[in-house]
Parts: sequence; structure tokens; C-alpha cells
Amino acid sequence: MSAGKILSTDSITMKFGGLTAVSELSLDIYAGEIIGLIGPNGAGKTTAFNMITGVYEPTKGKIYFKGQDITGMRPDLITKAGISRTFQNIRLFNSMTVLENVMISKHVRLKANPLDAVLRLPRYIKARREHYEECMELLRQVELDDVAHEMAAALPYGKQRRLEIARALATQPSLLLLDEPAAGMNPQESLELMDFIRQIREQFNLTILMIEHHMEVVMGICERITVLDYGVTIAQGTPTEIQNNPRVIEAYLGAVESNA
Amino acid sequence: MTLETFLQNIANGISLGSLYALIAIGYTMVYGIIRLINFAHADLLMVASYAAFYGILIFALPWWLSFLLAILLTTILGMSIEKIAYRPLRDAPRISALISAIGVSFLLQNLGIVLVGASPKPFPRPENLVWNIHLGGISFLSLAVIIPLITLVLLAAVNLVVNKTNIGIAMRAVSRDFETASLMAVDVNKVVVTTFAVGSGLAAVGGIMWSLQYPQIDPLMGVFPGLKCFIAAVMGGIGSVPGAMVGGFLLGMGEVMLVGFMPDLSGYRDAFAFVVLILILLFKPGGILGEHVVEKV
Amino acid sequence: MDGRKNIKIALNIATLLVTAVFLYWGDSVLSPFQKRILNLAAIFVILGASMNLVVGFTGMFSLGHSGFMCVGAYTAAILTMSPESKELIYYMEPIVPWLKNIEWPIIPATIMGGIIAAVFGILVGFPALRLRDDYLAIATLGFAEIIRIIVTNTISITNGALGLKNIPSEKSLLFYWSFCIITIIILKNLINSSWGYAFKAIRDNEIAAEAMGVSVFKHKMLSFTIGAFFAGIAGALMAFLITSIDPTMFRFLFTFQILLIVVLGGMGSLTGSVIAGIIITIAMEWLRFVERPMTILGMDIPGIPGMRMVIFAILLLVVVLFYRQGLMGTKEFNWDWLLDKLGLARNRERGIS
Repeated sequence: MSAGKILSTDSITMKFGGLTAVSELSLDIYAGEIIGLIGPNGAGKTTAFNMITGVYEPTKGKIYFKGQDITGMRPDLITKAGISRTFQNIRLFNSMTVLENVMISKHVRLKANPLDAVLRLPRYIKARREHYEECMELLRQVELDDVAHEMAAALPYGKQRRLEIARALATQPSLLLLDEPAAGMNPQESLELMDFIRQIREQFNLTILMIEHHMEVVMGICERITVLDYGVTIAQGTPTEIQNNPRVIEAYLGAVESNA
Repeated sequence: MTLETFLQNIANGISLGSLYALIAIGYTMVYGIIRLINFAHADLLMVASYAAFYGILIFALPWWLSFLLAILLTTILGMSIEKIAYRPLRDAPRISALISAIGVSFLLQNLGIVLVGASPKPFPRPENLVWNIHLGGISFLSLAVIIPLITLVLLAAVNLVVNKTNIGIAMRAVSRDFETASLMAVDVNKVVVTTFAVGSGLAAVGGIMWSLQYPQIDPLMGVFPGLKCFIAAVMGGIGSVPGAMVGGFLLGMGEVMLVGFMPDLSGYRDAFAFVVLILILLFKPGGILGEHVVEKV
Repeated sequence: MDGRKNIKIALNIATLLVTAVFLYWGDSVLSPFQKRILNLAAIFVILGASMNLVVGFTGMFSLGHSGFMCVGAYTAAILTMSPESKELIYYMEPIVPWLKNIEWPIIPATIMGGIIAAVFGILVGFPALRLRDDYLAIATLGFAEIIRIIVTNTISITNGALGLKNIPSEKSLLFYWSFCIITIIILKNLINSSWGYAFKAIRDNEIAAEAMGVSVFKHKMLSFTIGAFFAGIAGALMAFLITSIDPTMFRFLFTFQILLIVVLGGMGSLTGSVIAGIIITIAMEWLRFVERPMTILGMDIPGIPGMRMVIFAILLLVVVLFYRQGLMGTKEFNWDWLLDKLGLARNRERGIS
């Protein structure tokens, strides 16, 4: 296995009843890359994410993260191992503030027990103060510090998307999975998002796997692309190769034209 | 255990199982459509029984007319409950609808206590409907034959409606995917109301049969049969009409046999259903005839 | 430190002192009947707040509270009854020897009631918390029934359906309200801690919480067990307040009353549960008049048993259909709010707790 390989899926397959959502998907992702996963609606992209993050256990196949077999591991343990994600349909904690959303990730690393918290012992207070500082710093880096105390549900759509990414970053991942980060954005916002994604890759030393429908985003930012159609991998390659691949054009025609 | 008592138990098990099945169908249909445990379903049994009771005793109606009116009344009540207490909460969190269902259930029970008193009343058994049958060494009530028969006929009718009529096809569409069905111009409200009507009607038949079989009625009489029938529906696979039938029979037979074979455990009879429920939910959450549904993320 | 903080500490201490003085004073001047209702209110506040932790804050629709209460009540009663009364009361079957001569003071027995209920909470939680929503509801309801049926049938421990009588009586406001206030402080600190936020994260979006690395099952278990613990405490207190218990007391009806408190107060507001707990207890007593015969304008109206529960059922329906937020929604009383209203020194640092 190559030294820089961070994630590899070995022919993972997911079946729901009689329906095969993903069939024999094999991905190899190297440290520092930005990889795109594209395909028409219902192609099985989100299902692939769900298998990698442990929400579903693959019917068949293995998933390795940094050489370790993580197939069927619990989602929270996979997050602790260093894979984090955002969701296609935004899933923020709506009853909490922006800061509190981000601070959940630190709770997991807290070295105190509930009794310490109930009794407000100094080691708990100290840990929480540190977490507070760390999270405020993170919010500054992603330019959400001005809304830190706003309710997450009250943010405008674009900022909710950004918060989803910030929240995922707070778990200190080495691999970040983005599920349609540009959904619902206009061209200007998409451009900003591309800059933002490049910026966090440098800043947080990330490898990124993203699902995206906006072709200009995918083609502009991804170094390699995998195309799914009806769960089957129909092409893998650089953006130029993908753009000229007849099978992709055939499967994807409508979507490419409407976005071009 | 002698052969006679064994056969006696079988007969008891079949009637109890049929009753469970009949009532479970209403639960399973409603759950299949709007994903709600209709706690009030249990109390519809009670309402139907009292309606039939007063029809015969106060208004001196012939039993069949009284039964029919009771079924009609219960059906209307079931439809009204949906309209008043469940429909406004259709887009609310599931917990809210469930709380509303619990509220309706308590309201019916306590209205029952207020209106007719808490003390049990003897339910009349019409002579040309209930008589003793002697067969070899065992004797049983005609109900042991009539109840399963009625259950089978009604089950066949429900199956026919669900599979062959337009409204039945709409029901299945809504049960598969509520939102898509409503986008595809299915009149969801009509489907839901029809489901409640059918379910409540069946609950009424079940309640009256129950009262004939166990002729003591009181305002809380629906609670335990109700819970158990929901369990039967889960056992068979919630949303599946044949599943409710299978679950009902298994549960009824299981309870009777538990007490028959292990009289020491008779005090735990009511716990049996819950233990079964918990085992089913843990090991085969889709039920015996249901399919396991994976939550969408 | 900033001024606000000192003011708040002073206010907290002052409130506690005033409460203590009131309880002490109340113990000597209030009638036994008034004290009994206030003590009942303390118990219902504990029940409402602990069920709210599970249902309102963690989003688990558990209907098993009466079962855990039952465990707490029986534990406390058996531990405190004198060997003589045990001999007298267990006439169907004598009590098992290892419980016969135990006679604990009531405070440790109350805490033990909570602990045993928490153990049951863990036993029930392991299978039940794998379920969600209505399946969880029906399974926990089932477990509560199973607990009740076991209690009815283990006669040599619980005296079965006959129940227990002559449980040591405790009447002081100070006793019940101390437990109540300590419970509220513990729950408040828990809910405002990072564990509380993890609970709320699970409630808001379980899948996202898990994706943030929160072990959902572990946290649900923690919340559920703490809920069961306080239900057990409340059960124990109930045993000392009414001094006789039997298995039929702990039917689903009891959970219904607690649910009413949680919904009326607001799912996700401790303050709401405290207010609603007191209101519902007093209303329950006050509304007894509708079940008694009375004379209005010379007309004799017979008492209507069951009328109270009709009113409560309608109340629950009205709240859930028209005022789903309840009294408080997810808001809490806090000094900041009050001080802001009064326009006092505004200097706060939010977000750390």
C-alpha cells in the first residue's frame, strides 16, 4: 500500500432489500487530495458517504482508513478516528447557538465525568474554558465569530452551510467528507466556497472527499473525480478526462448542460 | 394435561387470537399510513361495547341493530378523533402526535367513568348468537366458531379493499411514502380518514366480540387488549394486514398456552405480551411478515 | 470577577436562605393538609423535572417513569419498615429472611430507592434505548408494566397485591423540599454542562450528534439512568408521605400525570416543570370539589368521579394542539433575564458553562 494513502474502499456494496444502492465502489484517496464524487440523483453518492462514516454497514467489501479496517465501526468512533462529514440536508443542532454547535465536538474529548460537571469542579471548569477558547478561535478562522452567540437555526442559509463545515472541522479530522456543500448557492457564493475549501485544506491539513452537483465547483477544485451511475462506478480520472468521457456524458448529459 | 383440556385451550386460543387479530388490523393500518400508535384505538373497543350495551338494555333494540349502530357510532368517533386530534399535528414532531393520542385515550376512558361509572357491567349475550356446543368431551361457546369466522371474513374484505380498490391503492401509496403520494395528487386526507374509518369499524366489531366472549364491561376494559393488539401488530410486522392476523393468533395462542401449560406463571400472563414485544423489537424489528426499513439519512 | 456574577451568587444564596426560612416557618404554622399538598408538589416537581430530562432534553419518549417510581417506593418502604410491622403485614407469605430485620433511617433508604431504580433503569435501558420514538414509548410502557407485574407476584419480597402499610411517616416540608431543591440544582447543573448539550444535540439531530463523535447510546443511557434514579427518589418520598403503597398505584395513569406536567411546563424547560409540577398538584387537590356532591343555587349536584381526569386529559390535548410550547417552551428562568428587566449592570459572558 502506498504511504500516502489515507482512505481506501475495497469494492464496497450496499443493498437495501432488493435494491443495490452502491455496487463494488473502490476509491483510493491520498493525503492532501481533493476528490470529487459525482453522478445523477440516486446514483448512490450519499450512500457511499454513509458507509464510510459508519451510518450504514456495507453489505460487502472493506473500508480502510490510514491502513486500519473501519468497516462497520460505529459513526462516533469513526469520527474520533479522524473522518468528519457534513450533510446534504443541513443537520445543525437547532436549539443551540453557533458556538454551542461547535463545542459539542469538544465534549467528546472532555476528561471529566458528569459528577465533576454537576459539582462544577475546577478541572471541569478549566477544561470547558479551554474548549471555549479553542472553539472561538476556530469560529474566527472560518469567519463565524461575529454570530457565535446566535441561534444556529436563525442563521442565513449560506452561514448554516459554513457552520456545518466548521462543526465538522472542530472534531479535528484528517479526512473531511462534504455532501453537496454548494447546494443552493449562486455562482458568486460557489466561487467563495471554492476559495474557502482550498483555504481550510491548507489551514487544517485536510484531505477532502466531496459530493457536488455544481460542475464548475467540481471541475474547478477537484484533482480527481469518480463518477457513479445507479450505484456503479462508470469513470474515474482527472477533471479533463471525466469531461471527455463518453459514458459520463451519456449518463450525466442533462445535469452537465443545465449547470454549464 | 388431558386431551380435553388441551383441545379446550386450543379453542380458547383461537377465539382470543381472532379477537387480537381483528383489533390489531386497525392499529397496523393506522400506523402504516401515518406512523402513529393510535392509543385511542383501544378505547374505541370500550365505546362500541357500551353503545351496544345501552342499545340493547335501554333502547330495547334487537341485538343486531344495536351492534350495527354501535359500529357506526364508533366509526364516526374514530374519524372525528383523527380530524380533531391528529390531523393538526401531522407536520409536528412525532412525540406531539403521540401525546395527543395518549390524551384522547385518557379522555375517552375518563369520560366513560364520568358518564357510566367505573363499576363493571354485565354484557348481555343474545341467545341466538351465543350457545354452548358440546363436541366429544369438550364443550365450548358458539363464539369459538363465530369469532374466527367473522375475523376471517373481515380480513378477506380488508385485503380486497387494500389490494383491489382505488382507495386501497392510494392507501398503499401513502403508506409507502407519505410525501411523494401527496405530491402525486393522492388525496391524503381522504386516505387517512378512510383508514381511520375502517380501523375504527374493526375495533368496534372487535370490542363487541370481546364483550360477548368476556361479558364484563368497564370504562378501562380497552387498555390491556389495546396494548396487546398493538404488540400483535408489531409481531406480525407493522403496516401489514396479514401480519396483524398472524401476530394476533400467535399472541392469543401463546397467552392461553402459557397459562395452560404453566399455571404457576398465570400471574405473569399480562407480562408475556410485553416480553414478546421487547424480544421482537430487538431481534426482528420488522416483525414476522414485515420488511426491515432502513432510515434515510 | 464582574459585578453580574457576584450579584447572581448573592441572589442564589439569598433565595436559598429565604426558602429555608419559609420551609422552617411553614412546618410550624401550616396545617397538616396544606403541608401534605406542598410535599406532594415537591414530589411531582422531582418527577416532572426528571422525566423532562429524558423526554424534553434528550428527546427519548420514555413512558416508564411510574415503573421506576414503583421500584423506589418499594425499596424505601421495605428498608424502613420495622420488623414487627413486617411480621404483621406479610401474612400471606412471610418476608424473606434477609430483608426481615432491616430497619434503615429514611434518608439513606430514600437514596437507596433511587439507586435501585437506577439499576432497573440500566437493565431496562440496555434493550429499550436501541429503539426510538413510539417504539421506545411502547417498550418502556411495557417495561413499567412488567415491573408492576413482578412486584405483584414476588409476594415474599413485596407482599404482592396487598401492598405495604405502616411505612414510617415523614411530614416536614423541609425533608421533601430539600430533596426537591437538591434534585433541581443537580439537574440544572447537568443540563447546563457539556453533557446537557450533548443530550440536546442528540435530541435535535441524532445522526449529526453521532457524526460529531458523541456516543449516542452511552449518553442516552446516562440520561435515562439519571431519570430513573430521580423517579426512584420520588417514589421513596411518596412512600413516606402516604405511608401505604400497592402495585396498582403505579399504573400508566401516574406516568400520564407526569407527562402532563412535562408538556404543560414545556418540553425542555426545567423551570417549566417546576411551575407545572406545583400547578398540577394544587389543581389536582383543588379540583377534588368537582368529584364531590355540591349544591349550586339550591340545586343538588351529585359528585362526578373521574371528572378531574377528564379535565386533565382535555388540558393535555389543548396544550399539545394549540400551545405546543407549553408555559415555558425551552426557556429557563435566570437572573440575567430578571436583572436585564431591572436594568442592572449589564456585563455578561455567555457560552461557557
